Amino acid sequence: MRAISIVAVNVFRESVRDRVLYNLVIFALLLIGASYVLGQLTAGQDVKIIKDLGLAATSLFGLFIAIFIGIGLVSKEVERRSIYALLAKPVTRGQFIGGKYAGLALTLTVNVAAMTIGLYLVLGYMGWTETAAMKASWEAPAADPALLKAIVLITIELMLVTAIALFFSTFSTPILSAALTFGLYIAGRFNADLKNLDQVVTSRTTIWIARAVYHVLPDFSAFDVKTEVVHGLPVAPGYVAATAAYGALYIVALLVCATLIFSRRDFK
Amino acid sequence: MTAAPTSAVAVAVALGALGGAIGLQAAKDHAYPRADTARTRVLYVRSPAAMKRVTFGFEALTADVYWIRAIQHYGGDRLDKGGATGARRYELLYPLLDIATSLDPYFNIAYRFGAIFLGEPYPGGPGRPDLAVTLLRKGIAAMPHKWEYYHDIAFVYYWRLHDYKAAGEWFQRAASQPNAPNWLPAVAASMVSRSNDRATARFMWQQLLQSEQAWVRRNAERSLLQLEALDQIDQLQAIVARAGPSAGAYSWAALVGRGVLRGVPADPAGTPYTLDPFSGHVGVSSTSSLFPMPAEPARQQ
Repeated sequence: MRAISIVAVNVFRESVRDRVLYNLVIFALLLIGASYVLGQLTAGQDVKIIKDLGLAATSLFGLFIAIFIGIGLVSKEVERRSIYALLAKPVTRGQFIGGKYAGLALTLTVNVAAMTIGLYLVLGYMGWTETAAMKASWEAPAADPALLKAIVLITIELMLVTAIALFFSTFSTPILSAALTFGLYIAGRFNADLKNLDQVVTSRTTIWIARAVYHVLPDFSAFDVKTEVVHGLPVAPGYVAATAAYGALYIVALLVCATLIFSRRDFK
Repeated sequence: MTAAPTSAVAVAVALGALGGAIGLQAAKDHAYPRADTARTRVLYVRSPAAMKRVTFGFEALTADVYWIRAIQHYGGDRLDKGGATGARRYELLYPLLDIATSLDPYFNIAYRFGAIFLGEPYPGGPGRPDLAVTLLRKGIAAMPHKWEYYHDIAFVYYWRLHDYKAAGEWFQRAASQPNAPNWLPAVAASMVSRSNDRATARFMWQQLLQSEQAWVRRNAERSLLQLEALDQIDQLQAIVARAGPSAGAYSWAALVGRGVLRGVPADPAGTPYTLDPFSGHVGVSSTSSLFPMPAEPARQQ
C-alpha cells in the first residue's frame, strides 16, 4: 500500500509540475465570463445554462486530462527508461499500475473538486443577486445540492476513462492508446443502440452478438444525468449507487487486466 | 544586450504588432463592412436526430446554444420587421426550437417560447400557430403531466386559430393534469358554452400576468394593452360614425376642430390611432408597439 501511495503522490506532483491544473483558471474565466454575458442573451435561462456549461466543462476538461495523461502514464516511463530504475526498487508491477492509476485519479478528483467549488460559487452569487420573482421561475435552486449527483457520476466516469487509457498504455503507443480510448468512449456513449438492435434487424445471431458487445463495452451514457439534475428532475440515490458500483467494478477489471499485461512485458 | 532589455524589446515588439493588428482590423472593418448577418442565418444540421448523435453527451449545452440562436433569430427578424425586401420571415425559428427541444426534451421555456412566438402573426412573428401546436405536443410527449403545455395549446387554438371547440377541449385536458390551477375548468366551460368574448380573453391574459416567467408577463402586458386598444377603438368608431365626415373626408383634426374630441386619441402605448379618411375606419398605427393587432376572437352575441 505504501508503494502504491508513493507512486500515486509522484504522479500527482508530476501533473502539478506539468501545469495540468492550469485548466482550472480557464474553467473559472469561462464560468465568470459566461455568467456575465449570458444574462443578456438567454431570456432568463442564465442559471440553467451556467449549470449546463459548468457540468459540461467539468466533464470535458476531465476527459482530456484522463486521456492525454492516462496514455502517457506507463509509456512515458518506458520511453524515458526510468522504468528500469523504478522496477529495480521494491515495487511490484501491480503496485506500479495501481499507483499510477491512483495518482491520476487523485489529480482528477482535485480538479473536479476545484471546479465544483467554482461552479457553486458562481451559482451561489447568481442566486444571491437574483430577485425572488425570478428565483420562483427556476426549475431548481441555483446552488442546488442535487448537482453533486451528476458531479459524482462524472468523476467516476473520468476514472473509468483513466483506467481504459492506462490499460491501453500498458501495451500500445501513446497515439494508438489515445485513439483506442477515444474510440471506446464514443462507442460507450452509443451503447444503448446495440441493446435496441433487435428493433432494426431480425437475425438472432446479430442480435445476440450486439447484446454481448453491449454488455462488454463500458456504458458511458449511464453516467450522464446532467440534464436531469439541471432541470430538477429526480435521480434516485439507488441509480447513482448502482452506476458508481458498475464503474468501480469495470475499473477493477481494467486494472487487473492492465497489471496482467504489464507483468508479462519484457523490458530487457 | 543583456537578457532584461532583450525581453523588454521583445514584449514591446509583440505589443506593438498586436496593437497594429487590432487597429488595422478596425480600419478594415470600417472601410469594407462585412455582411456577417447572412452567415448567422445558416442552419447546417437540420436534423435533431443527427445533431443528437454528434454532441457526444453534451446535448444540454448544445441545446442552450440553439436556444440562444433561436432568441437571436427571433429578435433579429422582429426588429428588422421583415427587412428591406421582406425576405426575413423567421424561417429558422421552428427548426432551431425543434433542435433545442430534441437535444434537451425538458427545455420548458423553449416549448412555451415557441407557443407564443411561433403563433404571433407576421411581422411580429412567423404566423405559424400550427407549428406552435406541434412544438407543444412534443413537450407533452416529454412531460405528459405539464398542464402549462395543454393550456398553451388551448390558448393557440383560442387566440390564434379561433377554434373554440378545440380550445375548450385542450383547456379541459389542462384542467385534468396534476397541479393545474383551479380557474382552468371555468375557462374550459366558458369556451365550450359561450364560444368566447373579450372578457374571457382578458381574464386569461391576466392569469398569465401572474406567470413566474418575465417574458410571459411582458407578452401578457402587451396583449392586455391590445385588448384595451380594441375597447377604445370600438368607442372611437362609434364617435366617428356619429360625427360623420367633414368635407367628404374623415380626419382627427376635423373632429378636434369641431369639438367632438379634445385631442388626437392615442392607443395605450401612446401612439396616435389612425383614421382612414375615406372609410372612417379607426385602427392602430403600424408604428405602434401594439401593432399588429390580433385578429379579434368572435364577440359574444
